[in-house]
Amino acid sequence: MTTVLEPPAVSPSRPLMEPRPARLVGIDKETNDTFTLTLEPPEGVDARFRPGQFSMLYDYGVGELPISISGDPERPEQLVYTIRSVGPVTTSIVTRHPGESLGVRGPFGTPWPMTAARGKSVLIVAGGIGLAPLRPAIYHILRHRGDYNRLMILYGARSPRDILYKKELAAWSLLPDTQSLVTVDYGGVSWRGHVGVVTTLFKSIRTQPTETIALLCGPEIMMRYASRELQSRGIPKQQIYLSMERNMKCAAGFCGHCQMGPFFVCKDGPVFSCAAIEPWMDLYEI
Amino acid sequence: MTAVEVHTALANHPFLAGLPESDIAKLAELAFEVRFQPEQILFREGDPSSFFYLIVTGHIALELLAPGRVFRIETVGDGEDLGWSSLLESVNKQFQARCLAPTRALAFDGPRLIALWEGDAEFGFRLMRKVVGTVADRLRATRLQLLDVYDKRGGAGQ
Repeated sequence: MTTVLEPPAVSPSRPLMEPRPARLVGIDKETNDTFTLTLEPPEGVDARFRPGQFSMLYDYGVGELPISISGDPERPEQLVYTIRSVGPVTTSIVTRHPGESLGVRGPFGTPWPMTAARGKSVLIVAGGIGLAPLRPAIYHILRHRGDYNRLMILYGARSPRDILYKKELAAWSLLPDTQSLVTVDYGGVSWRGHVGVVTTLFKSIRTQPTETIALLCGPEIMMRYASRELQSRGIPKQQIYLSMERNMKCAAGFCGHCQMGPFFVCKDGPVFSCAAIEPWMDLYEI
Repeated sequence: MTAVEVHTALANHPFLAGLPESDIAKLAELAFEVRFQPEQILFREGDPSSFFYLIVTGHIALELLAPGRVFRIETVGDGEDLGWSSLLESVNKQFQARCLAPTRALAFDGPRLIALWEGDAEFGFRLMRKVVGTVADRLRATRLQLLDVYDKRGGAGQ
């Protein structure tokens, strides 16, 4: 079964398992529990990446985690990660200060199918922090606008205060041939935007389904329902791509921690076509 | 809006997609245009059910009031319908509806619409299927909301 979409153009240029120290140069608070970290790539390391790839970030003495790269792929002079504090390692990472170092391995994994999407409309469906791995794809499309048709960004968050990249979402909505819609699951009276799950935004998009590539990232349940709904609206499952998350350790397909059916999410993914991964998405246990 | 414009707006409304022209013509006889301004309350929870709306353009919030708090649980807009409880007898409004942006809609008096489809069961069946579709969509969306998928236990997705 063929699953690898576009092999990374850039392979790690050093031993796969060796974290290299990268200096933290900036940390921005996005929401109550989510921060964007900017690091200087380790000296002598080629930090180029493709949209959708991830790094292993090592907080020395605490632990190591896979984190998607959320920066601009054409600005490899900085490594950008948006991290939600959900456990001991992420909480430790987001409380680091500029000047401190984190260990970095990667980039790893399959990218979003930016080449296959050329000439087509691109529908981005993101939920929660799932917008972070999609932001490099949005940057790429905006830098190569002539290569793509319509760009539609649909983003769902838990509440107005949980919305990531608020200013960018607003700015993208003003661009020609671009829709940027945000919805929240729970809105207060001061919120004037959409309320409802992200799939409720689908009726607002105007696109030719067979000429559309959909890129999905967010909680798996959200992606499952979103991909079903997109298929019911005529987008073939071969044109729907999802970024999966599993417990990863080696990030290079050695250890098997991230196995999902016949795939290792770290090296066969994290980006999969829906056609390949769908049979494994609704199993209670694999 | 003239009678012809009402007919055209109904024929182009996504909620009615696929219905035969004869159904559109029947609905056009009952429909009338309404406009709402931001912050206007269309109806309140517990109000007797009255009107069913097909929104042409605009943005309406469905809200639930609790002591000292307002829960905005859903918004509906262009091409959607509002007020399906008007099509069920003896059911009062379940939520409060508040206009968020200038809204133009086609309104139907619920009891008159019920009377119309009781007199023409095939027409009533087709329309009720549309209403059930809306109820099913909202039920599915509500279940997903209840799952609270963005909670930390649902995976960070990072």
